[in-house]
Amino acid sequence: MVISIASGKGGTGKTTVACGLASVTNNCVYIDCDVEEPNGHILLKPKITLEESSYKIIPKINNDLCNFCNKCTEVCEFNALLNFKTEIYLIDELCHSCGACTYFCPQKAITEVKKENGKIRIGETSNNILFYDAYLKVGEASAAPLIKKVKNAYKGDRPVIIDSPPGTSCSMLEAVKDSDFCVLVTESTPFGFNDLKLAINVLRQINIPYGIVINKYDENFSLLDEYIHDNQLNLLLRIPFRMDIAESYSKGELPTETVKDYKVMMLDLLEKIKKEIVKKEYA
Amino acid sequence: MPDKHYKQIVILSGKGGTGKTTVATALSEIAEAKVVIDTDVDAANMHLVFDYYINSEYDYYGGKKAEINPNKCSQCGMCELVCRFDAIKEFKVSRTSCEGCGFCFRVCPDDAISFYESKSGVYSACELEDQSKFYYAQLLAGEGNSGKLVSEIKKKAYEQVKENVKWIIIDGPPGIGCPVNASLSGVDFVVIVTEPTQSGLHDLKRLINLLEIFKIPSGVIINKYDINTDMSNSIEKFIRPEGISLLAKISFDKKFIKAIQNSKTIIEYDHAYIDTFKTIWNDIQKVILN
Repeated sequence: MVISIASGKGGTGKTTVACGLASVTNNCVYIDCDVEEPNGHILLKPKITLEESSYKIIPKINNDLCNFCNKCTEVCEFNALLNFKTEIYLIDELCHSCGACTYFCPQKAITEVKKENGKIRIGETSNNILFYDAYLKVGEASAAPLIKKVKNAYKGDRPVIIDSPPGTSCSMLEAVKDSDFCVLVTESTPFGFNDLKLAINVLRQINIPYGIVINKYDENFSLLDEYIHDNQLNLLLRIPFRMDIAESYSKGELPTETVKDYKVMMLDLLEKIKKEIVKKEYA
Repeated sequence: MPDKHYKQIVILSGKGGTGKTTVATALSEIAEAKVVIDTDVDAANMHLVFDYYINSEYDYYGGKKAEINPNKCSQCGMCELVCRFDAIKEFKVSRTSCEGCGFCFRVCPDDAISFYESKSGVYSACELEDQSKFYYAQLLAGEGNSGKLVSEIKKKAYEQVKENVKWIIIDGPPGIGCPVNASLSGVDFVVIVTEPTQSGLHDLKRLINLLEIFKIPSGVIINKYDINTDMSNSIEKFIRPEGISLLAKISFDKKFIKAIQNSKTIIEYDHAYIDTFKTIWNDIQKVILN
C-alpha cells in the first residue's frame, strides 16, 4: 500500500498530515520526497542510521580523443554541451543524464561519471516508523532524479507514506507516480482551491485515485465545498483552523502526540483511505 | 553594459505557504512604476487577487516528446533499452515520463519514432488597473522544464519593459530548485518571507545558502511572527550574523486569509495595512539603494 500526500499549493499542511498518518499507520515507512525543503524529520524526529551521497550521471569528454565533430552537441536536446573547438564544455545543471552524447560519440571520447546531486538519509523513529528523506544539493536544479532515488530506496512491502513536494510539475508527478491513493491537502482559500484543481488534473492524467483533506477549514469559504460537492469528489476530512495545532507545528511537534483529537482525525482518515484502496482493488 | 533603469526584486521563501504572494501583491500595490511577474508557474496565484485584463496570451513549448508509429515499428526494443526515464513500455511512449531527450528517436533503426515540439504551458501578458504590466503563466499538469518557462516569461517582460519602469517585482516559487534558480537570474534583491516554525527556519537556511551561491543580497520578513515568538527570535538571531536585514515582522491576523478569500490584496481589504506595507516598501528600497 502506497499513499502519497500532495497539494499543489505549498504550506497547506502536507507534511503535518503525512507525518500524522504515518504515526497512526502500523509498521509503516515514511518517505519525504520534498527534496528541496524536506521537513518531515522535524516532526517525526527519527534517529538517522545511514546517510549516503546520491549521484547523477554526467558525461566526461576526453579532449585527447575528441575531434570536435559536434555530434554530441547535436544530439543533446538540453543544450548542456558547448563546442569551443578546443574543448567541449558541459553545463552540468542542464544535463538530464540521458546518455545520448556518450552513445553517439563516433570517437568514443565520452565516458560517464558520477556527480553528487544530494544525499539520502535513512532512520527510524521511536515508534518504529522507517524513515527516508533526501536533500537536494543546494544549487542543483533538477529534483526529480533524486525524488525517484529516495522513493526507490525502500523495496519492502510495508505500507508506504510519501510526502510530495508542492506544485504540479515533474517533481510532484515523480513523487505521486505509482501510488495506490493520493491525499490532496488543500485549504479554505482561493489559492488552495485553485492549486487543488491543478493537482487534480495531474492525478487524473496518471489515473491515481485521490481524496481531499481541507486543512485550516473555514466554513465561510463555501466555493471549495460546493466544488467538491458538485463534482462528486471524495472529501476525506476537514481539519478546522486552530491555534493549538498551529503552535504545536511551529514548535516542531507532531500534532497526533500533542493535540487532543488530532490522532482521532488521523485514524479516521487512514480508515477511509484503506477502504478506498480496497474498493479500487475489487473494482 | 549600461545600468538598467529598473531594479528587480523577487519574493521567495523556501517553504511554501509562508505568505509570499500576500507580501508580493501588497508590495505591488504600493510600488509605482513597476512590472509584476508571477514566476510560480506550477501554481500561480497572484492573478486570483489582482484586477487585470489580458493583452496577449502565448503558448509555451518547453521541450519535445517522442511518439512511436506502430505501423513502422518492428518491435526491436532498442528504444526501451536506451531510455533512462522508463518512458517506453510495450512500444508506447508515456507522455508524462518522456523527458524529451530524443535518444530513442535517434537510435530507432526503423525510423518509427517521431519527435515533436510539445506545448507544455501558456503565459499571459496583462495590464493591471494602474496600467502596469503583469505577467503570469500556467505550466500544464505534470510537465517539466518549469525553469525554462520562468525564463521565458521574464524575457517577455524585459522585452516589453517601458523606459519609465523602476521596479520589477517577482513573486517566486517555493523550494530551491530549477524554477527558483530561474527566477533569481538578473535579480538585485531577494525578499524572503518566512514564518516562525521549525520548518520555516530550516528552509530559510537552505534558501540563504542558495543565495550565497548566486551572491544576491536579501532581507527577511517574518510573517505571523507572534504565532511563536521564541522561534521568531531564533530566526532574527540566525540572520543577523549572516548580514541579512530584518525588513519587517508581521503579526498573525485572520484578515490576511479573509482578504484572499475575497480575492483582494490585504491593502484593498483593510486600508490599515497601507501604512504597514508602505513602511516595508520604503525599508526595502533603502536597503536596495544603499
